[in-house]
Amino acid sequence: MTIEKVVEDTAVELLRITATEYPKEYVKELEKLMKETRGEVGKSQMVSILEDVALARKESWPMCQDTGLVAFMVKLGDEFPLRSGLKEVLVNATRRATKEIPLRPNAVDMLKGNTNDNVCDPHVPILYVELVPGKNLELTAMPKGGGSSNVAAHRMLKPGLGMKGVKNFVIEALAAAGSLGCPPYFVGVGVGASEDYCMVLAKKALLKPFKVRNTDPKIATIEEELLTKVNELGIGAMGLGEGPTALDLHIEMAARHPASLPVGIVISCWALRHVKATIGADGKVRIDKSA
Amino acid sequence: MEYHLKTPVPEAEVRKLRVGDVIYVTGTVITARDEAHLKSLELHEAGKRPPVDFKGVAVFHCGPIMRKAGKGWETVAAGPTTSDRMEIFQDKFIEAFRPAVIIGKGGMGDRTSKACQQYGCVYGAFTGGAALLAVKGIKGVRDVFWLEELGMPECLWVYDVDDFGPMIITIDAHGGNLTADVKKLVTARRDRIMAEMK
Repeated sequence: MTIEKVVEDTAVELLRITATEYPKEYVKELEKLMKETRGEVGKSQMVSILEDVALARKESWPMCQDTGLVAFMVKLGDEFPLRSGLKEVLVNATRRATKEIPLRPNAVDMLKGNTNDNVCDPHVPILYVELVPGKNLELTAMPKGGGSSNVAAHRMLKPGLGMKGVKNFVIEALAAAGSLGCPPYFVGVGVGASEDYCMVLAKKALLKPFKVRNTDPKIATIEEELLTKVNELGIGAMGLGEGPTALDLHIEMAARHPASLPVGIVISCWALRHVKATIGADGKVRIDKSA
Repeated sequence: MEYHLKTPVPEAEVRKLRVGDVIYVTGTVITARDEAHLKSLELHEAGKRPPVDFKGVAVFHCGPIMRKAGKGWETVAAGPTTSDRMEIFQDKFIEAFRPAVIIGKGGMGDRTSKACQQYGCVYGAFTGGAALLAVKGIKGVRDVFWLEELGMPECLWVYDVDDFGPMIITIDAHGGNLTADVKKLVTARRDRIMAEMK
């Protein structure tokens, strides 16, 4: 088998797993929170979610009809045999996955309408490419639904507002998201870098391991504090005022320009979907389904 | 209270429902999102009728994944979409077509709530993302309209349903709006949290 074929098959499989297999860690967490929720309305939402994800796993069908705008995070090793050809392979995989899983056609050309195959040259599927040493290709599929993407927030704060300003913006953004993006949420916060890159940092923050806090103890403390305060908002499951508002929150920080304090907030619905494969130069594939 | 409604749902039955009630629907559910609402209203304003009768049925804010199966269609996944996008014309839609139930997620605002009071309609919140739970209640695809023009997520899918649900009533025909109530509480808590932030 050619390396192109291995990568294409793997990418299709990643998209299938993201659409149909809800990470077990999240299932456990929702089961726990369901038991803790007082109020039948809130509890019933988690009962429905758990029934839905069990059906999805059993039938291998998408847990949500919004299978997202397709995106891949790529870490391309220096010695991995496939280079610029990777884009075409991932485009082909997206087309195949759309038919085979199937995924909902979600790529809409502003002038021509829905492309019907989730591909629209040159930007969709979205690729985030990082060059790394070594022989491996690390590929993460991260399709994201429209509902929770619509409640993302971005602001260029005055640097004088400092971390307190950042924290308040997170609270403000989550309160504004309210019921709209299918809570309980996962929250990614990007602080610093440039006006555009803080959003990428926020999105990448969503991929950090579930409930593992930042390696910097100061940032870890802020993550804990914000997660607690976001839950104090009491939006609740599906915005019905009962049950959890957020399941996890991660912060990714970068240096900023002295005059700027960019903050990006990317919010995911309860159905945070991502899965990673590591493909060796020899074509060996290892899939990591952990949350 | 739990109610099992059959379409067409008489107005008197709709008016019995209260915020917090759980409903299941048997009969007809028709999907309609942004584009289908717009197109239906454009036809109505031009004195024409859309290809389906929404009276007394459930309108579902949903863009499903569908797959051809023989001569017909199979529903792969059909959870609700964010209803808030339809707030800009839902009141006009209710006035023009008189559906009994609007199904969606995330709740709706004052305009929809007022139209629900005036014309006898309710909003039922289906759990967002629970697309396969929705499929369980769908017994068949009776019709599809505007597929070519609007595409799979935006067109009108007419489903035969059996005990489709559960939905929680968050807007009743008496001015009750659970989502709006929660929003007020969240706003007050937001202000307190921000004031106390260190």
